[in-house]
Amino acid sequence: MPTNPRTLYEKIWDAHVVERQEDGTCLIYIDRHLVHEVTSPQAFEALRIAGRKVRRPDLTLAVPDHNLPTTPRTAPDGSRLPIADKQSAAQLAALEANAPAFGIDYIDAVAPEQGIVHVVGPEQGFSLPGTTIVCGDSHTAAHGGIGALAFGIGTSEVEHVLATQTLLLRPSKTMEVRVEGELGPGVTPKDLILHIIGVIGTAGGTGHVIEYRGRVFEEMSVEGRLTVCNMSIEGGARAGLIAPDDTVFRYLNGRPYSPSGEAWEKAVAWWRSLATDEGATFDKSVVIDAADVEPTVSWGTSPEDVVAIGGSVPSPESFTDPSKQEAARKSLDYMGLAPGTPLEEVEVENIFIGSCTNSRIEDLRAAAEILKGRTKASNVRWAIAVPGSGLVKRQAEAEGLDRIFTDAGFEWREPGCSACLAMNPDKVPPGERCASTSNRNFVGRQGPGARTHLLSPAMAAAAAVTGRLTDVRKLMGE
Amino acid sequence: MKQVSTIHGRAIPLGLKNVDTDVIIPAHWLKTVSREGLGKGAFETIRQAPGNPFDVEDFAGAPILIAGDNFGCGSSREHAAWAMLDMGLTAVIAPSFSDIFSGNAFKNGILAVELPQEQVDRLLEVAREHPITIDLENQVVTTPFQDRFAFAIDPFRKHCLLNGLDEIGLTLERDAAIGTHERKRAASLPWLDAPTNKRREPA
Repeated sequence: MPTNPRTLYEKIWDAHVVERQEDGTCLIYIDRHLVHEVTSPQAFEALRIAGRKVRRPDLTLAVPDHNLPTTPRTAPDGSRLPIADKQSAAQLAALEANAPAFGIDYIDAVAPEQGIVHVVGPEQGFSLPGTTIVCGDSHTAAHGGIGALAFGIGTSEVEHVLATQTLLLRPSKTMEVRVEGELGPGVTPKDLILHIIGVIGTAGGTGHVIEYRGRVFEEMSVEGRLTVCNMSIEGGARAGLIAPDDTVFRYLNGRPYSPSGEAWEKAVAWWRSLATDEGATFDKSVVIDAADVEPTVSWGTSPEDVVAIGGSVPSPESFTDPSKQEAARKSLDYMGLAPGTPLEEVEVENIFIGSCTNSRIEDLRAAAEILKGRTKASNVRWAIAVPGSGLVKRQAEAEGLDRIFTDAGFEWREPGCSACLAMNPDKVPPGERCASTSNRNFVGRQGPGARTHLLSPAMAAAAAVTGRLTDVRKLMGE
Repeated sequence: MKQVSTIHGRAIPLGLKNVDTDVIIPAHWLKTVSREGLGKGAFETIRQAPGNPFDVEDFAGAPILIAGDNFGCGSSREHAAWAMLDMGLTAVIAPSFSDIFSGNAFKNGILAVELPQEQVDRLLEVAREHPITIDLENQVVTTPFQDRFAFAIDPFRKHCLLNGLDEIGLTLERDAAIGTHERKRAASLPWLDAPTNKRREPA
C-alpha cells in the first residue's frame, strides 16, 4: 500500500499510536522508561496512595545519578560509604526502595554499570532506534542520537507512564536542521550544537521535534550524535533525532539489553526502514553551513549566548530586540564581563569535564589528547573529570586516560551528574568561572553565583592548560 | 485534579524573557521527596534583588504571573509548577512557553495562557495597579478597562481543567486498547519486550 512520504519522526510516532481522540490528542505507547532519583519519588508515592501498580516494569530501568557524590563510594573493605547530605541520602534511598517494591530493574550506586541515565541507556542497549523513550529529565533528548524518539517528562507524566506505559500527547511539528559541508579540524559536535542553538535561539525549536540531517551527522560517531541531540532541548525542541544507520547498529550490537540473533536481524531491518522518505516535508527548515562553525563558547546565561572563540563579548546594544538587550545587560553583569572583551582573555578558575552532554569515552579521549604531557595553569583552582558511567571510567582507565588527567592536575571522579547542576557536593564557588562541558549556563546552575562558560571537552582541556578560554586549535598538533 | 474555571486577582508583572526552571526553582530545592513547601525557594535568585516585583506588597498572594517569551525553558522538573502553586500562583501569561513546562503546569491545574507580545505588554502595564481576569470557559483575558484578549488552548486540556479530570484515571479506562496495542507490538516488534531480564543473566 503506497503511503505519503513521511519523516523519521512521523514513522516512529505512527507506530506508537494506541488511540487517536477526536481533538487530535493521541495515546502514545512508551517503549522504554528511565527513572532516576530526583523526579520519581513523588510519582511512586502517588501510585502507592492510589493503589496502582507499574504496568510494565520490564520496560523500566532505574539508576541514581543526580545526587551521588563523585568521590569514592566504598571503603577499602568494600562497604558502602554513607552520603553526608541528609536530603540527598533520603532521595537516593527512596529510589533504592521504590525500584524493587515496584519490580523495576535497578542499577545501584556501586554497580559498574551505574552512571548518568542518558549515558547508561544507550551503553546498555536499553535505548534502541525507533523506540519511544522517556525519562523525568529534559536531556532525555540525547537518545535521539541513536534514532529514538526520546523526550523529557515531568513527574506527573512519570507517574502516568509507570501506571499506563502511555502518555497523552499531541503530535509535534517537524523541523529539519540541515548541515551542509564538513566541520573543520578542532570543531566538534559540541561546537556544532552550540552554534545551532545560537542560530535558532532557545525557543527556536519550541513545539517541534528536530531532525538533524546532512553528511556531517552520517559521518559522526554515536557519541557525537548523542551530544548533539542532548542539547535539542536548549534549542527549545523537546526531542532531536538522527536517522539510525550502520554506525548505530554497530554500536548497539552485543550490548546487554540489545536484541540478539534472529531478533537482532529483524530489528535492524525495521530500523533501516525508518529514515525520512524522499519527498517528505518539514514544517520548518534551517540550513547551517558547517564551514561557519568554529570552536564555540558561551558568554552569557542562556545557551543561545554563544560566540566563536576568536570573537569578543558582545555589547547589549548590538541586539535589535530591546528585551534581549536587557537580558544581555543582566547576563554580562552576572558573568562579570565587559562588552568587547576578547573571549580568549577570559580567565577561568574551574574546569568541569562531564555531564550527559560530554562524558562519554570519546569526550574523555578528546580532552586527554590536549592534556597529554601538559599540566593545568596555576590560576586553575579546581579541575575535575567525571566519566559518564562506571563502564566509561573503566574503559578510560584501560586506555590510561585517568593518568593523563591526574598528571595534568585533574581530579578523576566517580560517575554522576556532578557539577552540571550541583545537586551533589561538586559546586563552583560564587563569582568564580567554570569552563564546563555541560549543557546549561543558567544563573546559579553550577552553584549560587557560579559563572559558566559552555564548551567542548577539547576546549575545556585547552582552558585548563592556559588558565583562560583558548582556541584549542592553537594547542593541536604541537 | 482541582477544577479550574475563572482566575481573578492581581498579576505579578515580571515581564522577563527566557525564565528558566533553574530560576523558578534552583536545583538545591529538588532534593525533596514531597510536592509541598517549595514556595519558599520559588524565584529565589530574583527575590534576592531589592525592589523585585515579588517584594511589592500589593502582589502578595497574587494568583497570576506575567512573563516574557519562552517561560519555563530548561529542565523538566515539575518542582517548578509545584513551587509556583505553593506560592499561590495558578496562572501564567506569556507570549510563549516551553513545551515541558506547559505540560507540567496543566497537570497541576496551572493555566499557561499564551498571548501576543503586545497584549502581554498591555497587561504588564495594567497589572501594576489593577487586577486581571482569566476566563477559561470563554478563553478570554479581561481587565477592568476595555481589554478583551482571546487565547487558544488545547481542547482536551481545557476539558480536563474545567472538569477537574485525572488523566491517569482516564487512561486506565483505556486498558483494553493499550492491551491490544501491546499484543500487536509483541507480534510485529518482538524484541521490544522484557529487555530488562537480560542484565541479570549469568555472563
